Amino acid sequence: MKTNSRIEKIWESGGFIVTSECGPPRGADGDVIRRKGELLKGVVDGVNVTDNQTSVVRMSSLSACVILKGMGLEPILQMVCRDRNRIALQSDILGAAALGINNILCLSGDHQKFGDHPQGKNVFDIDSVQLIQTVCRMRDEGRFLGGEEVKGKPLLFVGAAENPFADPFEIRAMRLGKKVKAGCQFIQTQCIYNVEKFSRWMGMVCDRGLHEKCAILAGVTPMKSVGMARYMKNNVPGMDVPDDMIERMKGTPKEKQAEEGIKICVETIERLKEITGVRGIHIMAIEWEEKVAEIVKAAGLLPRPEV
Amino acid sequence: MIVGNRKEFREILEMLGSRRRVLVLGCNECVTVCGVGGEREVGVLASELRLYWKKEGQDFEVREHTVERQCDYEYIDQIRGFVGDYDAVLSMACGAGVQYVAETYKTKPVLPAVNTTFLGVTLEQGVWSERCQGCGSCILDMTAGICPIARCAKSLMNGPCGGSSGGKCEVGNDVDCAWQLIVDRLSESGQLDRYEEILPVKDWRSGRDGGPRKRVREDLKL
Repeated sequence: MKTNSRIEKIWESGGFIVTSECGPPRGADGDVIRRKGELLKGVVDGVNVTDNQTSVVRMSSLSACVILKGMGLEPILQMVCRDRNRIALQSDILGAAALGINNILCLSGDHQKFGDHPQGKNVFDIDSVQLIQTVCRMRDEGRFLGGEEVKGKPLLFVGAAENPFADPFEIRAMRLGKKVKAGCQFIQTQCIYNVEKFSRWMGMVCDRGLHEKCAILAGVTPMKSVGMARYMKNNVPGMDVPDDMIERMKGTPKEKQAEEGIKICVETIERLKEITGVRGIHIMAIEWEEKVAEIVKAAGLLPRPEV
Repeated sequence: MIVGNRKEFREILEMLGSRRRVLVLGCNECVTVCGVGGEREVGVLASELRLYWKKEGQDFEVREHTVERQCDYEYIDQIRGFVGDYDAVLSMACGAGVQYVAETYKTKPVLPAVNTTFLGVTLEQGVWSERCQGCGSCILDMTAGICPIARCAKSLMNGPCGGSSGGKCEVGNDVDCAWQLIVDRLSESGQLDRYEEILPVKDWRSGRDGGPRKRVREDLKL
């Protein structure tokens, strides 16, 4: 079923997709979203709005999506299974579609241990693969998980994330296969620093023909400093930062490291663009949205297509 | 078996408040095996109380008693003759035992000396590990004999998530990733193709989400 998603339209027309991310604030100030939105306008085809990422309480993803939508951007609603059961998830899916959101990204969610409320109870009633199935069932069959009829199907373009660097490596393409089987239409990957390993994963993805059924958007995150590079390597589970990248950042004078991080990011995009099956780039500039335009431009990805 | 941890002595003292005539009641089943609430531990806790109150110069009476099981009426009934002599029962059983003693002696304060933690196994002397959450609809046939409900921090039916690293879970390096174990076991038995099946949304009604559970076997009733 076709949706009004700009991402879907670019995918259908054979174009190269560029998405980015917008983390909502830890407060009720909608202007924070508006400011971030301004930085991304005309620069990317879609903007993910994170759902209480790293289990830290923030403005809800759906509210921030609506603000961005009002500015003419194309929001991608991130939805995690950690905080809501199947009743709440399906309710928010309906609400998102009613508010004109065209894209959803189905995620398990970080464990609450990492956040500001580690005392909380988690839900995980269903998992990310089952959430994909749920949205597709509501949209395509017009049925809720419980079997009742959905009156007014939610027309959402359905995506998910995959981490090619998490273990066990040998099943990572198979896991993507499960997501595609569940109905996933686009994938944004974990940040790629180890292009060689990503390329091996993409080979496995293409062997299974998954790249033809689902738009694979390769994820990148520019590094601001050698400290950030080290932190990512040592403290973020499932993150693969090669030593030579740390060395390169380390060998750069402190005041030039941010610039070098952007340069590495652009070079990485150039390499990723050449890999068979990659249909787009997902730029996660964490609290550094002002650099996205520069990265997209330097990577030769402007102007963005009109669809 | 059911595994528990004894509460800190301070917390036990706070629970007791001004009560000084205490029956410390052990249980000879699970909590004995996991070294937290059997005859030996009853002795240790009773001695701690006696020493503490003696040092404080207080009058007290602490009695030690251990029954076969605190989850069966016939054993709980064995304390009927003397339970009335005490201000409180300090039960060292799991939460089920504590409650059943309380249900049996309706006016007697029954306090938990143990935090009940999980259904698990003995990995080695002194080490226990969670294996089951009693969800009421076992899927171990589909997950290579390893339970993702109990052993994945997110209870993912279709894991592993992106936080699995070097065989460990994102919540801690001392926690095995259940899905790594499942994949390894499927792999070793030449069944990795089974991994591609999407496990369906679980019906949690058979678990605690369906409300407190009760099982009746008419054929066993007297």
